Amino acid sequence: MNALKKHYIVPGDDFTRAGEASGKVKGTLKQLGYNSDVIRRVAIAMYEGEINMVIHAGGGEADVSIYPDRVEIILSDHGPGIPNVELAMQEGYSTAPDDVRSLGFGAGMGLPNIKKYTDEMRIDTKIGVGTQMYMTIRVHP
Amino acid sequence: MTAAALCEMLNLIPLAGMEGKNKEVTGGYIGDLLSWVMGRCKEGDAWITVMGNRNAVAVALLRDVSCIILCEDAELDADARTKADEEGIFIVRSSLPAYELAIRLSALLK
Repeated sequence: MNALKKHYIVPGDDFTRAGEASGKVKGTLKQLGYNSDVIRRVAIAMYEGEINMVIHAGGGEADVSIYPDRVEIILSDHGPGIPNVELAMQEGYSTAPDDVRSLGFGAGMGLPNIKKYTDEMRIDTKIGVGTQMYMTIRVHP
Repeated sequence: MTAAALCEMLNLIPLAGMEGKNKEVTGGYIGDLLSWVMGRCKEGDAWITVMGNRNAVAVALLRDVSCIILCEDAELDADARTKADEEGIFIVRSSLPAYELAIRLSALLK
Protein backbone atom coordinates (compact mmCIF):
# COMPACT_ATOMS: atom_id res chain seq x y z
CA MET A 1 0.00 0.00 0.00
CA ASN A 2 1.45 3.34 -1.03
CA ALA A 3 2.03 5.91 1.65
CA LEU A 4 2.16 9.66 1.45
CA LYS A 5 5.55 10.45 2.98
CA LYS A 6 6.54 13.70 4.64
CA HIS A 7 9.86 14.75 6.11
CA TYR A 8 10.36 17.61 8.56
CA ILE A 9 13.31 19.15 10.33
CA VAL A 10 12.52 20.05 13.93
CA PRO A 11 14.80 22.97 14.81
CA GLY A 12 16.52 22.66 18.15
CA ASP A 13 17.37 26.27 18.70
CA ASP A 14 13.90 27.75 18.79
CA PHE A 15 11.57 26.34 21.37
CA THR A 16 8.69 28.48 20.18
CA ARG A 17 8.71 26.83 16.77
CA ALA A 18 8.01 23.37 18.17
CA GLY A 19 4.67 22.24 16.86
CA GLU A 20 5.14 23.44 13.31
CA ALA A 21 5.67 19.94 11.93
CA SER A 22 2.73 18.48 13.83
CA GLY A 23 0.62 21.43 12.73
CA LYS A 24 1.46 20.70 9.09
CA VAL A 25 0.67 17.01 9.47
CA LYS A 26 -2.63 17.90 11.09
CA GLY A 27 -3.46 20.16 8.13
CA THR A 28 -2.58 17.41 5.63
CA LEU A 29 -4.71 14.82 7.44
CA LYS A 30 -7.61 17.26 7.52
CA GLN A 31 -7.32 17.88 3.79
CA LEU A 32 -7.23 14.14 3.15
CA GLY A 33 -10.42 13.69 5.14
CA TYR A 34 -9.16 11.61 8.08
CA ASN A 35 -11.55 11.50 11.01
CA SER A 36 -11.09 13.92 13.87
CA ASP A 37 -10.10 11.18 16.34
CA VAL A 38 -7.08 10.19 14.23
CA ILE A 39 -6.12 13.81 13.65
CA ARG A 40 -6.34 14.56 17.38
CA ARG A 41 -4.22 11.58 18.36
CA VAL A 42 -1.59 12.26 15.70
CA ALA A 43 -1.42 15.95 16.68
CA ILE A 44 -1.01 15.24 20.39
CA ALA A 45 1.54 12.44 20.03
CA MET A 46 3.64 14.18 17.41
CA TYR A 47 3.64 17.52 19.22
CA GLU A 48 4.81 15.89 22.43
CA GLY A 49 7.55 14.15 20.48
CA GLU A 50 8.62 17.41 18.87
CA ILE A 51 8.70 19.17 22.22
CA ASN A 52 10.82 16.36 23.67
CA MET A 53 13.33 16.63 20.85
CA VAL A 54 13.59 20.40 21.33
CA ILE A 55 13.90 20.23 25.13
CA HIS A 56 16.24 17.28 25.42
CA ALA A 57 18.01 16.67 22.13
CA GLY A 58 18.62 19.97 20.35
CA GLY A 59 16.02 19.18 17.72
CA GLY A 60 15.79 16.33 15.23
CA GLU A 61 13.86 15.02 12.29
CA ALA A 62 10.37 13.70 11.76
CA ASP A 63 9.34 11.21 9.09
CA VAL A 64 5.64 10.73 8.65
CA SER A 65 4.03 8.06 6.49
CA ILE A 66 0.32 8.44 5.88
CA TYR A 67 -1.54 5.26 4.91
CA PRO A 68 -5.28 4.88 4.43
CA ASP A 69 -5.56 2.84 7.64
CA ARG A 70 -2.78 4.32 9.78
CA VAL A 71 -0.23 7.07 10.30
CA GLU A 72 3.34 6.13 11.14
CA ILE A 73 5.70 8.66 12.67
CA ILE A 74 9.43 8.26 13.25
CA LEU A 75 11.18 10.92 15.30
CA SER A 76 14.97 10.78 15.24
CA ASP A 77 17.44 12.85 17.19
CA HIS A 78 21.13 12.89 18.00
CA GLY A 79 20.64 13.92 21.60
CA PRO A 80 22.04 12.38 24.77
CA GLY A 81 19.68 9.38 24.77
CA ILE A 82 17.30 8.33 27.55
CA PRO A 83 19.13 6.59 30.44
CA ASN A 84 16.04 4.90 31.86
CA VAL A 85 13.11 4.58 29.47
CA GLU A 86 10.89 2.90 32.03
CA LEU A 87 11.33 5.83 34.40
CA ALA A 88 10.82 8.36 31.62
CA MET A 89 7.53 6.68 30.75
CA GLN A 90 6.15 7.30 34.24
CA GLU A 91 3.63 10.10 34.47
CA GLY A 92 5.10 13.00 36.43
CA TYR A 93 8.76 12.09 35.88
CA SER A 94 10.66 14.85 34.10
CA THR A 95 14.22 16.04 33.66
CA ALA A 96 13.22 19.25 31.89
CA PRO A 97 15.07 22.37 33.06
CA ASP A 98 13.34 25.17 34.97
CA ASP A 99 13.15 27.59 32.04
CA VAL A 100 11.17 25.00 30.10
CA ARG A 101 8.87 24.44 33.08
CA SER A 102 8.13 28.13 33.24
CA LEU A 103 6.76 27.86 29.70
CA GLY A 104 4.29 25.23 30.78
CA PHE A 105 6.16 22.04 29.93
CA GLY A 106 8.13 19.56 31.98
CA ALA A 107 5.15 18.07 33.79
CA GLY A 108 6.30 14.57 32.95
CA MET A 109 3.32 14.08 30.64
CA GLY A 110 5.09 13.91 27.29
CA LEU A 111 5.89 10.23 26.89
CA PRO A 112 2.78 9.07 28.81
CA ASN A 113 0.65 11.21 26.47
CA ILE A 114 2.35 9.65 23.46
CA LYS A 115 1.70 6.17 24.78
CA LYS A 116 -1.90 7.01 25.57
CA TYR A 117 -2.74 8.42 22.17
CA THR A 118 -0.88 6.00 19.90
CA ASP A 119 -1.71 2.39 19.10
CA GLU A 120 1.95 1.40 19.01
CA MET A 121 5.00 3.13 20.39
CA ARG A 122 8.62 2.02 20.53
CA ILE A 123 11.71 3.84 21.70
CA ASP A 124 15.22 2.94 20.56
CA THR A 125 17.75 4.95 22.48
CA LYS A 126 21.51 4.83 22.93
CA ILE A 127 23.36 6.99 25.42
CA GLY A 128 25.47 9.61 23.65
CA VAL A 129 24.14 8.62 20.23
CA GLY A 130 20.47 9.55 20.12
CA THR A 131 16.90 8.37 20.23
CA GLN A 132 14.43 7.10 17.68
CA MET A 133 10.78 6.96 18.52
CA TYR A 134 8.35 4.99 16.40
CA MET A 135 4.64 5.65 16.69
CA THR A 136 1.64 4.23 14.87
CA ILE A 137 -1.83 5.70 15.03
CA ARG A 138 -4.47 3.49 13.44
CA VAL A 139 -7.72 4.60 11.90
CA HIS A 140 -10.38 3.02 14.08
CA PRO A 141 -13.66 2.43 12.27
CA MET B 1 -22.43 30.55 21.40
CA THR B 2 -19.52 31.98 19.43
CA ALA B 3 -16.26 33.01 21.04
CA ALA B 4 -17.04 36.60 20.04
CA ALA B 5 -20.39 36.48 21.86
CA LEU B 6 -18.68 34.99 24.91
CA CYS B 7 -16.12 37.77 24.79
CA GLU B 8 -18.87 40.38 24.81
CA MET B 9 -20.98 38.79 27.52
CA LEU B 10 -18.07 38.32 29.90
CA ASN B 11 -16.54 41.72 29.13
CA LEU B 12 -13.33 40.16 27.88
CA ILE B 13 -10.75 42.18 26.01
CA PRO B 14 -9.92 40.83 22.53
CA LEU B 15 -6.17 40.72 21.96
CA ALA B 16 -5.42 38.64 18.88
CA GLY B 17 -6.65 36.20 16.26
CA MET B 18 -9.84 38.04 15.34
CA GLU B 19 -10.34 35.73 12.37
CA GLY B 20 -11.11 32.93 14.79
CA LYS B 21 -13.70 34.79 16.82
CA ASN B 22 -16.69 33.00 15.35
CA LYS B 23 -15.70 29.53 16.51
CA GLU B 24 -18.35 27.80 18.57
CA VAL B 25 -17.71 27.52 22.31
CA THR B 26 -18.90 24.14 23.54
CA GLY B 27 -17.15 23.85 26.89
CA GLY B 28 -14.34 25.13 29.04
CA TYR B 29 -10.99 23.96 30.34
CA ILE B 30 -8.60 25.46 32.89
CA GLY B 31 -4.90 24.60 32.86
CA ASP B 32 -1.39 25.98 32.55
CA LEU B 33 0.68 22.85 32.04
CA LEU B 34 0.65 22.58 28.30
CA SER B 35 1.12 18.82 28.03
CA TRP B 36 -1.67 18.31 30.51
CA VAL B 37 -3.99 20.60 28.59
CA MET B 38 -2.89 19.05 25.31
CA GLY B 39 -3.96 15.61 26.45
CA ARG B 40 -7.21 16.57 28.15
CA CYS B 41 -8.96 19.63 26.75
CA LYS B 42 -11.67 19.14 24.15
CA GLU B 43 -12.33 20.63 20.77
CA GLY B 44 -14.45 23.77 21.18
CA ASP B 45 -13.37 24.44 24.75
CA ALA B 46 -12.71 27.99 25.87
CA TRP B 47 -9.27 27.49 27.44
CA ILE B 48 -8.64 29.56 30.54
CA THR B 49 -4.94 29.94 31.34
CA VAL B 50 -2.13 32.30 32.32
CA MET B 51 0.08 30.97 29.53
CA GLY B 52 0.39 33.68 26.90
CA ASN B 53 3.32 32.24 24.99
CA ARG B 54 3.67 30.88 21.49
CA ASN B 55 3.57 27.27 22.66
CA ALA B 56 0.13 27.88 24.13
CA VAL B 57 -1.01 29.08 20.71
CA ALA B 58 0.39 25.87 19.18
CA VAL B 59 -1.57 23.77 21.68
CA ALA B 60 -4.75 25.77 20.99
CA LEU B 61 -4.26 25.24 17.28
CA LEU B 62 -3.53 21.53 17.51
CA ARG B 63 -6.50 20.88 19.80
CA ASP B 64 -8.98 23.20 18.06
CA VAL B 65 -10.04 25.07 21.18
CA SER B 66 -12.53 27.86 20.49
CA CYS B 67 -10.48 30.57 22.19
CA ILE B 68 -7.81 31.25 24.81
CA ILE B 69 -8.91 33.33 27.79
CA LEU B 70 -5.93 34.84 29.61
CA CYS B 71 -7.10 35.20 33.19
CA GLU B 72 -5.92 37.62 35.89
CA ASP B 73 -4.52 39.97 33.26
CA ALA B 74 -1.82 37.51 32.23
CA GLU B 75 0.54 38.80 29.56
CA LEU B 76 0.42 37.84 25.89
CA ASP B 77 3.90 37.60 24.36
CA ALA B 78 4.47 39.56 21.15
CA ASP B 79 5.40 36.46 19.12
CA ALA B 80 2.35 34.63 20.48
CA ARG B 81 0.16 37.49 19.30
CA THR B 82 1.68 37.28 15.83
CA LYS B 83 1.21 33.53 15.67
CA ALA B 84 -2.39 33.81 16.90
CA ASP B 85 -3.13 36.42 14.23
CA GLU B 86 -1.59 34.20 11.56
CA GLU B 87 -3.47 31.11 12.67
CA GLY B 88 -6.77 32.67 13.69
CA ILE B 89 -6.56 31.65 17.34
CA PHE B 90 -8.84 34.08 19.16
CA ILE B 91 -7.19 35.30 22.38
CA VAL B 92 -8.98 37.43 24.96
CA ARG B 93 -8.06 38.71 28.38
CA SER B 94 -9.81 39.20 31.71
CA SER B 95 -8.80 40.51 35.10
CA LEU B 96 -10.89 37.78 36.74
CA PRO B 97 -9.34 34.61 38.19
CA ALA B 98 -9.86 31.30 36.39
CA TYR B 99 -12.43 30.13 38.94
CA GLU B 100 -14.66 33.18 38.46
CA LEU B 101 -14.40 32.93 34.70
CA ALA B 102 -15.32 29.25 34.77
CA ILE B 103 -18.42 29.94 36.88
CA ARG B 104 -19.59 32.61 34.45
CA LEU B 105 -18.77 30.51 31.42
CA SER B 106 -20.69 27.59 32.89
CA ALA B 107 -23.76 29.79 33.48
CA LEU B 108 -23.65 30.97 29.86
CA LEU B 109 -23.33 27.46 28.47
CA LYS B 110 -26.29 26.05 30.42
